[in-house]
Amino acid sequence: MSLIVFFGVNVIGDPVDMLINPEADQAEIERTIRALGLDKPIHEQYLYFLKGIGSGDFGKSFIFGEPALKLILHHMPATIELALVSLIMAIILGIPLGLYAGLFPERRSSRLIMAGSILGFSLPTFWVGLMMIMLFAVHLGWLPSTGRGDTAVFLGIESSLWTRDGLSHLFMPALNLALTNISLVIRLTRAGVREAMHQDYIKFARAKGLHPRRVIGVHLMKNILIPIITVLGLEFGSLMAFSVVTESIFAWPGMGKLLIDSLLQLDRPVVVAYLMIIVLFFVVINLVVDILYSVLDPRVRLKDQGS
Amino acid sequence: MSVLSVSGLKTHFFTRDGVVRAVDGVDFELDRGEVLGLVGESGSGKSVTGFSLLGLVDPPGKVVEGNILFCGQDLTTASQQHMQELRGSRIAMIFQDPMMTLNPVLRIDTQMIEAILAHEKLPRKVAWTRARDGLAQVGIPSPEQRLRAYPHQLSGGMRQRVAIAIAFLNNPDLLIADEPTTALDVTIQAQIVHVAQTLCRERGTALIWITHDLAVVAGLADRIAVMYAGRIVEAGATDQIIDHPRHPYTVGLLGSVPSANRRGQRLAQIPGMTPNMLSLPNGCAFQERCTRGDELCRGDVDATFDEAGGYVRCFHPHGSEAGA
Repeated sequence: MSLIVFFGVNVIGDPVDMLINPEADQAEIERTIRALGLDKPIHEQYLYFLKGIGSGDFGKSFIFGEPALKLILHHMPATIELALVSLIMAIILGIPLGLYAGLFPERRSSRLIMAGSILGFSLPTFWVGLMMIMLFAVHLGWLPSTGRGDTAVFLGIESSLWTRDGLSHLFMPALNLALTNISLVIRLTRAGVREAMHQDYIKFARAKGLHPRRVIGVHLMKNILIPIITVLGLEFGSLMAFSVVTESIFAWPGMGKLLIDSLLQLDRPVVVAYLMIIVLFFVVINLVVDILYSVLDPRVRLKDQGS
Repeated sequence: MSVLSVSGLKTHFFTRDGVVRAVDGVDFELDRGEVLGLVGESGSGKSVTGFSLLGLVDPPGKVVEGNILFCGQDLTTASQQHMQELRGSRIAMIFQDPMMTLNPVLRIDTQMIEAILAHEKLPRKVAWTRARDGLAQVGIPSPEQRLRAYPHQLSGGMRQRVAIAIAFLNNPDLLIADEPTTALDVTIQAQIVHVAQTLCRERGTALIWITHDLAVVAGLADRIAVMYAGRIVEAGATDQIIDHPRHPYTVGLLGSVPSANRRGQRLAQIPGMTPNMLSLPNGCAFQERCTRGDELCRGDVDATFDEAGGYVRCFHPHGSEAGA
């Protein structure tokens, strides 16, 4: 992976052209190239890079002169915050709506929900984002359209979740980012409910005289949560990695924004470090999903106690 | 007084293609501790009859007519709330596939204790003890351990035992067993039948055993009702039905049971297929497959009762050739 990324980024273009003052003379250009280590052959650069990774050094940003890793970590909380909030939105909006649509598929409101979810899927994020800004920020003036707002430190975490201003800044981008996932969760939940309601274990649970709340809340939910968790786990990775569009539209100072800026300026070390971190994220998320799996589904536990 | 008295029960499914009369006028009665074998092919409406009794017919199905008197009260007009109280406590049901009836992600103890606590306010500890005793009663060894197990850790026969144990947790007056042995090995079948039979006898529970297997009910049921296309075509005491079947369909069913006496002979088959429930012919639904069918069969058939309370719904029943 590091190999692909490293060489791939090299192909895009020469950062020196972007970095150097147009009036610089040849000697100055030479000096810059040498300072950035770009005079060495690419395989040597790669080995040097690998050696750096070993000690947690992804190289320095060409633009800011700071370590790339530090730069990314600095932008990461904003993105995590955004991704987390939109994930939570997807869960608390998607599951109840999907449950409703699955339990009462004939009702008009259910059809409306499903139609809405198709829109959520198919409308491009950037367009919805712009429309939201038009409506809520420009016309109604309810919510601010750009930036992260005030942050505060609570429990040792600096986040805009703890201030009113921060929350009002967070709401629109988070909803925008969540839209696809809300639709996805609605569809998954509905499909799961529709399938599971005809299973014998649901009928048996009802035949035991259990309250419908328990039949749905425990017997049904525990079964349909398994696919939902899988998808949401993977989606969380994508939310982090590809919040680029939303962050650009709402000028959210997160990793995605940093990535776009770095790409435009051919700031190689930052791009490479960013991609490496995203890879790491996906691996970790998959691990967490697997662990959640075994909590939910006893059949995937390797070894069970008590038998 | 009889535990259950069903009269004129009709459960129809209102599908896009038309009305399916899954159950179309079923009558039977059941006394305390009595075992009724409800026999029929797939799609004859026997399972739907069972679900109708519990009030668990899912849309687009609906009980449209008839009465279900359970201990004197009519279940067709009972409230949802009341039905929920009855289910699992006074009327219990077990299903065909034990692999599917227990929730795969919940432990056995959870599934048993919730069934007790749904109907009685008890400390968990007491409920747990009752669950353990329940497992012991259906012949499950080391019940304490099994309580902590998940369904997938048990064999099919074990699971069906657990299902039976759950059904008996609240001492029901009526147990509906919907083909509980169909998915099991023959040796296990006999054990399950034995367990259910013993428990019913001990506690005076009336039992409706739904099956397509006449051999199973022959040894189990006091009375047999044979269903075809949503109606009971013949009912009577088990011996009567097995030894002197009168409806041509019953005769056909019995003829298609392999037996040692007829070794080497060709197994009899009922010609044709189960009728399309969307377009049943007028009159007797069996007429097209029947060797005795004629114009008369297109008219409405009334049940002819015999002295013992059995009845047959046929214009040309076996055993009455002299009169016909």
